[in-house]
Parts: sequence; C-alpha cells; structure tokens
Amino acid sequence: MENILLHLTVNHEYYELYIKPKRLLVEVLRDMLGLTGTKRGCNTGACCACTVLLNGAPVKSCSVLAIQADGAEVTTVEGLAEGAKLSPLQRSFLDHGAYQCGFCTSGMLMSATALLKEKPKPTKQEIKESIHGNICRCTGYNSIIRAVTAVAEGKYKEGK
Amino acid sequence: MIRDFVYLRANTVKEALDFLAHHKDDCKLICGGQSLLILMRQRLVTPGYLIDIKSVEELNYINFSPKSGLKLGATTTHREVERSPLVKKHYPVLVDMEENLASVQTRNWGTIGGNLAHGDPTGDPGPVFIVLKAAVKMANKERERTVPLEEFFIDYFETALEEDELLLEVQIPVIPPKTAVAYEKFNIIKNDQGIVSVAASVTVDDQGLSCREARIVLGAAASTPIRAKEAEQMLIGQKLNNKLLDKVSVKASEEADPVPDIHASEAYRRRLIKALTKKMVKEAWEQAKTLA
Repeated sequence: MENILLHLTVNHEYYELYIKPKRLLVEVLRDMLGLTGTKRGCNTGACCACTVLLNGAPVKSCSVLAIQADGAEVTTVEGLAEGAKLSPLQRSFLDHGAYQCGFCTSGMLMSATALLKEKPKPTKQEIKESIHGNICRCTGYNSIIRAVTAVAEGKYKEGK
Repeated sequence: MIRDFVYLRANTVKEALDFLAHHKDDCKLICGGQSLLILMRQRLVTPGYLIDIKSVEELNYINFSPKSGLKLGATTTHREVERSPLVKKHYPVLVDMEENLASVQTRNWGTIGGNLAHGDPTGDPGPVFIVLKAAVKMANKERERTVPLEEFFIDYFETALEEDELLLEVQIPVIPPKTAVAYEKFNIIKNDQGIVSVAASVTVDDQGLSCREARIVLGAAASTPIRAKEAEQMLIGQKLNNKLLDKVSVKASEEADPVPDIHASEAYRRRLIKALTKKMVKEAWEQAKTLA
C-alpha cells in the first residue's frame, strides 16, 4: 500500500511525514514523532486518554485517521509547558495531587485546557462536563475537578 | 489492526460522487469516522478505498428559515449543532440531545450525516429527527432524491443509501405552533448510548385541552428507530390524564420489537419503553399546553 504525505503542525513544529493511510493520529504522535505523553488507553474511543487538541478542539487521537489531520495544528500534552515552565493547569494538577497512576492525566489536561481557553471562568458543572468522557480508573475525579477549579478561580497565573 | 486501504480525499460533492460511482461496493465513505473506525479496527468493515468527505466544506452548514425550517449539511459536526444559536432558538430539543450524545471529543469530530448513515438503532439523532418529521437529501452522480428519515433506516446498520449515494442534508420542518417535543434515553452512565430512548411530540388544540397531533418514536427498541403509531393514534382528540398515559405507554411497549443483548433483556427493554414513553408524552404535552 502506497504511503501518503501528511503535513502536520504539532506543538508549533511543522512536520512532513509519509504514512500509511490507515495510521491513526495517536500512532503518528507516539510511534513516529516520539510524543509518548499522549496515552493510548482503550483504543476503542471509550476512555479519552488519548485526547489531543486538533485546531484547538479536543478529539480522541485513537479515533481520528492521521491523514484527516492533514494541514491541521495539533497540541499534545508536551505542548502545554513552555520550556521548563509548566502551564497554570499543570501546576495546579501537581499541587492538588490530581493524578494517581497518571495514565489519564494527559487527556484530562488537554480536555480542561480546551475548556479554560474557551471559558476562563467555568462553573463546576461545566468543568465536570468538559472531562465527562475522560475516564480515570483510579477514580481521582474530585482532585482533578479541584485542580481545574483552582485555575478557574485565578489561583494560578501564567508564566511562573 | 485496520486493514490497508487506498485513501481518496474528496474536496467537493462532485468529487465524492465520482469516487463513489467508480468504486461502488469496494469503498466506504468516512467523515468523522467515530463509529466507522471502530468497525474497521475490528475488521468488520474492510473497504478497499476510503473516501474522506471531512473536508467537503459545501456540506458543512446550518441554515434556518421560518418557511422551510432547518437544514443541516451532512458534514456538520455534533458540536456545531449543539452550539448553534439558531438550533437553540428553534429546536432546543436538538441541543438537549447533543449535550447527552457521547463525549465532547466525539461531538467535536463526529458528524450528523455520518451518524445517520451509520444506521445504528441506538443512535440519538434518528428518533429525534423522525419525531420532528425530518427528511434526508441524497445524491448519486445522476440524480438527487429526498426521503423521509422514517423510511431511511432499513435494518441494523442498513439504510436507504445506495452504494453510489452520498447523504447531503437533513431537512427539518418548522415545529408547528402549540407543539412541544421531548427526548430522553435511558442509560446507566450519562451520555452512553441509550438502552432505549423515546422521542415524543404533542400538538394541542387552541384551548390547550386536547391533543391534535402526536408522534412517538422509539430508539434501540427494534433494528431501526420506529414509530409507535397505534400509541400515537390513542392520543388524538384526548385530554391529558394518567389513565390515558398508562394505556398509551403500554401500547408503545407492545409496538416495540426489542432485541435482547448484553445491556438489557427484551422484557426489561419493554418496561423501560413503557416508563419513558409515559414520561416523554407527558413532558411534551405539558410543555405544549403552555404554548396554547
């Protein structure tokens, strides 16, 4: 099967890659670009651990053909920090212990990042809805919601 | 693992129809692919050619006119429907439906046209659109045709779409005056697919006393969404009361043809249909009364 050319911008870096058409976005990110922060969980579109932002909107990278992201801008969890500076949400996750095993964390961060960008002051209900699809098998939802809430309340500023 | 395929990107409807005419039963259309990719991964669907219509911009639109109603282009995403001020104003039931459809991630990429063409009887848009008297416009290279959505679903994952046809648009007429629509699904986990779902629409007379027209559509209650036509008839000309609702909901549960599966037995599904029908008809009726 002939490989096809994929143009992709990931975390502000531009790539041109030859891929099999059947490659999923999560496979390109992890296996070809080495961006293993994006986790491949259920692989059936049920757990949202693989959530990335595609042109700013959260999608499941296991449920999008990579070639459908041709020309698009992808943000993965590696794109949240600026150098050594973690994003406010990442710092809040740390402070609130908003992870246990950590497998869902990347997806949670991406979903909540998209929410806060669109709505800097979400209600608790909106926070819950934004991570509704993201499954945490350690059931650590409360601390995750607390971490997002703290950012929404302005307790974490940019650039620290 | 997904089986290899040749990828064909269509940028226009014409290109998509040309590809379809050429590859016929050895091809499959993909838009958001939120359901299709799962089947491809399980190798239940193994197309030789995959025609991608995600970037067919001419099918991505939401239009409303007070005369002809709502028109949704096939590649419009669930999220776009959910967020549309036009939809919210004129068809609030669709916003409710979308907010409870899968996850934000799925709604961001999955499309209205893809959902209908997939033909899953547990899908949410099917019952709601049928209760709203929707029609779908389809085309092949030679012609266009429009069929009522009620006739579009044929069997499990089977629709009226011919192998060379593309779904173009969903058309939803204006909701008549003194009419209210309600939809709910029953599930264990919020936003999962429904174990059963019921959509009901009730039109009351000028005094708001008796029912002039009613529609009841059941989801996940048969191999396609189905109308409970006898139950609908029992409502016409009647006044709202508990006894009537009981009779109507029993009738709807009898009209269903539920298939037992891992989620629920046939008997349990019938009980759920009964309970949900009562709740939805009542909700639509009481809301319609306030409009009279």
